[in-house]
Amino acid sequence: MATLINVPAKARRGDIIEIRTLTSHIMETGFRHTMAGALVPRDIITSFICRYNGTEVFRADLFPAIAANPYLSFFTIAKESGKFEFEWIGDNGYSSTASASITVE
Amino acid sequence: MSSWRAIAAALLFAALPALAGEIPPDARRSGYTFMGPDTRAMQDDDTSNPGMLFVLDGEALWSTKAGSAEKACADCHGDARSSMKGVAARYPALDKLLARPITLDQRINLCRANHQQATALTYESRDLLALSAFVAHQSRGIAITAGDDPDLKPFVAQGRDLFMQREGQLNLACSNCHDDNFDKRLAGAPITQAQPTGYPLYRLEWQTLGSLERRLRSCMTGVRAQAYEYGSPELVALELYLMSRARGLKMETPAVRP
Amino acid sequence: MPNTRRQFLSLAGSVTVAGTIPMVTLRPLEATPAMLATAIRGVVGEAPIHTGKVKIDIPPLVENGNTVPMTISVASPMTATDYVKSIHVFNEKNPQPNIGNFYLNASSGRAQVSTRIRLADTQKVVAIARLSDDTFWQVTADVVVTLAACTEEMN
Repeated sequence: MATLINVPAKARRGDIIEIRTLTSHIMETGFRHTMAGALVPRDIITSFICRYNGTEVFRADLFPAIAANPYLSFFTIAKESGKFEFEWIGDNGYSSTASASITVE
Repeated sequence: MSSWRAIAAALLFAALPALAGEIPPDARRSGYTFMGPDTRAMQDDDTSNPGMLFVLDGEALWSTKAGSAEKACADCHGDARSSMKGVAARYPALDKLLARPITLDQRINLCRANHQQATALTYESRDLLALSAFVAHQSRGIAITAGDDPDLKPFVAQGRDLFMQREGQLNLACSNCHDDNFDKRLAGAPITQAQPTGYPLYRLEWQTLGSLERRLRSCMTGVRAQAYEYGSPELVALELYLMSRARGLKMETPAVRP
Repeated sequence: MPNTRRQFLSLAGSVTVAGTIPMVTLRPLEATPAMLATAIRGVVGEAPIHTGKVKIDIPPLVENGNTVPMTISVASPMTATDYVKSIHVFNEKNPQPNIGNFYLNASSGRAQVSTRIRLADTQKVVAIARLSDDTFWQVTADVVVTLAACTEEMN
């Protein structure tokens, strides 16, 4: 399922850039019940990591209070051209990745 | 969650309904204009609009081969950006063979059955919503013209009758809220004109994309009526009437609504 | 839930008037319930918590509690020696007190994080920042959550 990544394609060295990510996930809280009364088991993304040319620049622990299709926006300083790698980890062995490149002048 | 109690209570507060009648064309307003700035911002920016996740999924499905015919949508329709432009603004549309209007969802499933030899996608399934959102997204910014076909007249009339007809334990017609009392509040939520400009849309309440039929069914549950089945002639007629009632408003798919 | 509804209906009358006024207020930590306090202590330990530096941007009147946009920012120069290490967000009345932990560093440039959260009810949201000198700073926001008029049964 789809993921939306927004990283500026170009930046000047030293610019503070905003990174936005939106990924498809139900984020089932584990507190809801079906009409028949059965508890719907928890199924959430628990962790998000952003690496910039291999170095971690942002990390988040997520809980059931994060809305479905988690959206995250954060900042980092553009240091060099290269690649941002994103990783989402969650319940039931969930794992997904995405990447985006940037040219720094 | 006893929503009927909120509705009943809110109607008590609302004093006497204004009984304004049908909304003149120049007073028609998208649900967008009833939303707060935060929800508008979520819709406006494609990189933060969660409905775009489904549009992207739909784009992938468009060129994925399906069924025993081993054909993708793209094999017949080519680039959706040109071939599907304006199509959703004309739906529900008349199917000449069936001699009745069909929704975009039904058109997709007819295509699957007749041209792809594939099984029908279930209503509200992720794939059907994604394809429908991708196709409707190609009409974003295009004015709605659904219902213009003269052969659809009796079906538009049927939809209008259903819209005006009181139903459910609360004995309310769609028009009681959406023609006569829009801009007022039901509990804390603004009452909109029920203009279906952005379907399938991402509803914050649902935390997912949903069809106009899902929205209509939840309104019916709200007035404690028995909701019509997905794809039923009644829901299609209601959808057709609502689209013809929104004539001239621009498509917004994928819209975001509270 | 009937209690919620009644409380909400009593608020609804003043909503259009108050809707434009940000209802973000500073409150001492003592005012929050035990679960929230425990969760906060789990992050800060016995360290004192100062009020200030942190800002929560959240609609004072939320259109739907299932998806609430929220931005946390911290007044910090974000230099190599003076930066924000982490931001921790909690709530008072959801089934669980935690919302999210966000880890920053000296090269974050700006101490600001946005996400979308769930709020089961009208309640307080607390954001705590841990600075590079290991001091903790917090702010509290009061959020009014309006319930959808027509909810559908869960499938």
